Amino acid sequence: MKEENKNSTLINLSDVFKHYYMGDNVVKAVDGISLKVEEGEFVAIMGPSGSGKSTAMNLVGSLDVPTKGHIFLDNEDISTFSESELAQLRGKKIGFIFQSFNLIPNLTAKENVILPMTFQGIPKEEREVKAEELLKLVELDDRMNHYPNELSGGQKQRVAIARSLSNDPEVILADEPTGNLDTKTGDIVMHFLDKLHKEGKTIIMITHEPELAEHHAETIYWLRDGKVERVTRKKKGKKYIDGELKKLVAKRK
Amino acid sequence: MIQDAFILSAKNLRHRGLRSWLTLLGIFIGVAAVVSLISLGNGLQTAVSSQFGISSTDLLTIQAGGLSAGPPGSGAVDPLTTKDLDAIKGLSSVKRAVGRNIVPVKAIFNKRAGFTYAGNIPSGPDRDFIYEQINAKTLEGRLLKDGDIGKINLGYNFYTDSNNFGKAIVSGNTIEVQGKNFQVIGILEKQGSFIFDNVIYMNSDDLDSISNYGDKVDLIAVEAADKNNINKTVEDIEKLLRKRRDVKKGSENFEVSTPQASLEQVNQIIGGVQIFIAIVASISIFIGALGIVNTMTTSVLERRKDIGIMKSIGATNSQIFTQFFIESSLMGFIGGLVGAIVGQIVGIVGIIGINNFINGDVPITINFWLIASALFGSFLIGGIAGIVPAIHAANQNPVEALRE
Repeated sequence: MKEENKNSTLINLSDVFKHYYMGDNVVKAVDGISLKVEEGEFVAIMGPSGSGKSTAMNLVGSLDVPTKGHIFLDNEDISTFSESELAQLRGKKIGFIFQSFNLIPNLTAKENVILPMTFQGIPKEEREVKAEELLKLVELDDRMNHYPNELSGGQKQRVAIARSLSNDPEVILADEPTGNLDTKTGDIVMHFLDKLHKEGKTIIMITHEPELAEHHAETIYWLRDGKVERVTRKKKGKKYIDGELKKLVAKRK
Repeated sequence: MIQDAFILSAKNLRHRGLRSWLTLLGIFIGVAAVVSLISLGNGLQTAVSSQFGISSTDLLTIQAGGLSAGPPGSGAVDPLTTKDLDAIKGLSSVKRAVGRNIVPVKAIFNKRAGFTYAGNIPSGPDRDFIYEQINAKTLEGRLLKDGDIGKINLGYNFYTDSNNFGKAIVSGNTIEVQGKNFQVIGILEKQGSFIFDNVIYMNSDDLDSISNYGDKVDLIAVEAADKNNINKTVEDIEKLLRKRRDVKKGSENFEVSTPQASLEQVNQIIGGVQIFIAIVASISIFIGALGIVNTMTTSVLERRKDIGIMKSIGATNSQIFTQFFIESSLMGFIGGLVGAIVGQIVGIVGIIGINNFINGDVPITINFWLIASALFGSFLIGGIAGIVPAIHAANQNPVEALRE
């Protein structure tokens, strides 16, 4: 299913529903959402809790399948994919960043970054080199062999960012990436997301903080009760220039 | 990918708590029992055989039945006689028959008295035959020969400090037996059985002079005319003795035993022990497998979130299955490995012990096939035990698993 006229559209949700059945009640978590994400765009999905934003993210991230409607990723209708095709898709095209970091506790920072590449069958040497590079990118090259419980929240989230990048995904899905962090640490994490965006990565961020969305994203979908309430777009300038991170870090110290 | 799954599983196992390892006790005990038993098997057979006084020759022994509290035949109610012996000698299927007497005696040495047994050694060609049958070799001194009067050989136990006489008896010592002095001229090598090691050996004339067994014969050793047809000899002897002793078939008050039959008896005993241990080992391994099922199921529940994470970063169901399956197999393998090592050590120590006890030289063998199959078997059992938990892990819904 190609949509020739929308070549730069990376993700396209067309009239997507997700209903849960709890006994006789129908929970309409996502109730007819349509949205498009262009390649290289920084999109925020905003909304209070219960607005369906987490479900929307699970659908975009192919962790969940819609009850009705179609989801196109890279012009492929992933709502028809089998479970193992979806797993492959997640591994190759989507990088997840979670509010609670979700690192595997038994593995070191480096091993956590390596893991998605392992599932894709990438050769050992290549995995190692790439993991080291990615951890360098998030400025954690001195923490590679630390276990998650030896890292601070911000460091964990930076490992998660490195991990999300390991298979060169088409899109990074960040679910409340700063939700468990204090403002300053959150700023550092956001700095890395901005940096990735600047390098051309497509980013979708789920958040309930309007300032965060307005500050960083170019397009914001405001959800309420499983529906898109409104969409705001803005031309976004550069957020952090080089050196600003150092200032932020200095402030923390 | 399989290799990666192994590495990943090993990393997970490293973080397992004591509880997980305790569930491996079953596999450990089962494998240790099997490995030690099989590596002991040879030594066990040799040890038991020597206790029964079985040498691996074609000797037939005939004993009168009855209550026997000492060496073979010595306590019979209705003993064999020299007439029986002569009749047996007359059988065409018998090449040689030698009567032997073993009598309880009182011996005095180092001013201490002890009760023990004295046995006769016949003269002439029969002497060599008996020496061969009891595998007589001297540790020191020399064996008795024809014409030795007032001289004795002693079994190994007299040579030790732990005999009844307070100090070891060596060649050259004089020892009083039934009130008569005898000179020790040789000590026999250890046989590992009281039947041989506790006996004073003397020539027939000497034994005659200290006891009055008359025409009684405790034991008749028979060499068959045709070594390939021992059963014929046995049948002939049984028929003859039934007639002479006037007993019916099936209610004999004597026993003709072949080394073959005795060995079979020994093997039967060992076989019984082996079956028992095999049953215990099987139960133990079965319980061990259940333990692995249990600990893997718990582990899947505990690691639901990890499973969700792995799925979100691209693990397919089959990759998750493989990982948990291998983890479970590795658990079984580790239980088996420790069991095989401990079992092998028990086997080696056991054989060293047997060798010391019977003065034998049972070789210490490390059976690599046995160890390899034990390891493979426990790997397999671990894997089988892990199938259901691994399927459970693979089928976790990523969204729900992540919500944990």
